Amino acid sequence: MVTVSLDKVSVTYGTQWALRDVSATFPGGAVGLLGPNGAGKSTMIKALLGLVPPDRGEMKVLDLDVRTSPLLIRARIGYMPETDAHIPGMNAVTFVAYCGELSGLPRADAMQRAHEVLYYVGLGEARYRNVETYSTGMKQRIKLAQALVHDPDLLFLDEPTNGMDPKGREEMLELIRDIAVNKGLNLILSSHLLPDVEYACEHVIVMDKGAVATQGPIAGLKGQGGRVFELRVKGDTDRFIEVLRAAGLECHSTDEDVMRVFVPPSPDGFGATSPSSQILFQLAAQHGMQVRHLRPSLPTLEDVFARAVGEP
Amino acid sequence: MPIHDQGYRRYAGRREPHGRSWWVIARAGIQERLRERRFLGLLLLAWAPFLVRAVQIYVASSYPQASFLAPSAATFREFLDQQSIFIFFVTIYVGAGLIANDRRANALQLYLSKPLTRVEYITGKMVTLVLFLIGVTWLPAILLLLLQIIFAGDVSFVRANLFLIPAITLLSFLQVAVAAMTMLALSSLSKSRRFVSLMYAGIIFFSAAIYQALRGITGSSVWVFVSPEDTFDVIADAVFRIPGRPAMPVPAAFLVVVILIAASIWILERRVRAVEVVT
Repeated sequence: MVTVSLDKVSVTYGTQWALRDVSATFPGGAVGLLGPNGAGKSTMIKALLGLVPPDRGEMKVLDLDVRTSPLLIRARIGYMPETDAHIPGMNAVTFVAYCGELSGLPRADAMQRAHEVLYYVGLGEARYRNVETYSTGMKQRIKLAQALVHDPDLLFLDEPTNGMDPKGREEMLELIRDIAVNKGLNLILSSHLLPDVEYACEHVIVMDKGAVATQGPIAGLKGQGGRVFELRVKGDTDRFIEVLRAAGLECHSTDEDVMRVFVPPSPDGFGATSPSSQILFQLAAQHGMQVRHLRPSLPTLEDVFARAVGEP
Repeated sequence: MPIHDQGYRRYAGRREPHGRSWWVIARAGIQERLRERRFLGLLLLAWAPFLVRAVQIYVASSYPQASFLAPSAATFREFLDQQSIFIFFVTIYVGAGLIANDRRANALQLYLSKPLTRVEYITGKMVTLVLFLIGVTWLPAILLLLLQIIFAGDVSFVRANLFLIPAITLLSFLQVAVAAMTMLALSSLSKSRRFVSLMYAGIIFFSAAIYQALRGITGSSVWVFVSPEDTFDVIADAVFRIPGRPAMPVPAAFLVVVILIAASIWILERRVRAVEVVT
């Protein structure tokens, strides 16, 4: 099942490209939309909602054309925006019920579901408080509640853990996973935080500079063959990274002097049978570097992301 | 089982058809205002002139010696003129925050991510203001006409002044439409309702002052078009058939009204968007 599809979609803000010929398909379930700030994630979501008109390209959400059926689409989706957003002058339950009514629920049903959803997101005890008095974490939760109240078929969550403390973030991610796994809702989680996407989603679409860098099931992307090593050397680390890259190995530094090196299954110039760790020793020896630490590691989404966007 | 498992279930109930969200917005806006005692006080105050006029009509109908108080077409024209001050205050009280508050709270992206159009959103906001404004202009004026019939015990006055019903309706609705559209446009320009209030008051008073100054300097009333209030006087005199030479041709006065409404729509079209693009 495909919930969202984009075909060569381009969006510009003035002379700036926000999305450039983006083609992607979002399967059902929980899909992460991953990328650094400014990659075009929020623009993509706003374009899918019909809030930003594309310069060219076709978009479909739940098999409906965004250009011709924006209202039908918006009736079936829930949107949790990135920035703080609420209807001023309302308490939480009135606000959520109001959003339910705007989404097409009858008044009584909207109120009943508002109570239920507020309990679900953990704001049951605070539901009669004015939203403007809420903390950042509570505001994130109520944004999720207003997106859920009309029981959408697809949720767009734009940076849902922004500004939350670790415990709140954990609870929010738990909620998101519960929504996708136990409640059967499809969701698209836009985030620049790799652990959030890795925790809550099965598929990921990685964006960079307004284009799709890579996409697919997270497990598949992480296990694309080859091996990942944690490597620390004594000497000029930056120069050695250049050496590794020149040898066709993907490499990015993490914190301090530790780097993660991805060794493809058959790296050119070293023969298919060479043990992958040997390559690193050989290169270090050739360039007078001392290997201080070399440990095989499991591929993470961070590696996928770094490879996709070419992060140093 | 985590507690949140008990709180969410799929919804299989009825869903309303599209196109009714404007009323949801308007109803919420009306209810919010009616919860405020200060605003209820303002509404009561706005009906005080109605009570005075009602007593006037009653006395004139009941006591022949007070026939000099009998209403004429000019009475209704004066009544609507008196209500202008309440149009001003109600417009500021209700209208200033209608869009400005939503912009401050980033609510536009919430509204416009729901199945409603920008036109529905603006309509909902406008209906909130328009209903209150009609409640202090057209409604009391028509009720006065009704009271005149009741107290006089016949319809001779209305029959003799049949134009009054369309005149009251036209003038009230024009005043209300211009006040509501102008205020909504101003409200969409800022995130502060106080600033919007100041802008609106500034436009009303500043334009009138400029007109008076230009008239004083040039000795000509041709500049009346710069003042919406004075332009409405021209229209009011014409529709209530008040004799006298208008400060400007009546079609030109209507044109000023059309231009004001068109300018407001132009501003709203540009400002009411879920995504503000700064290039």
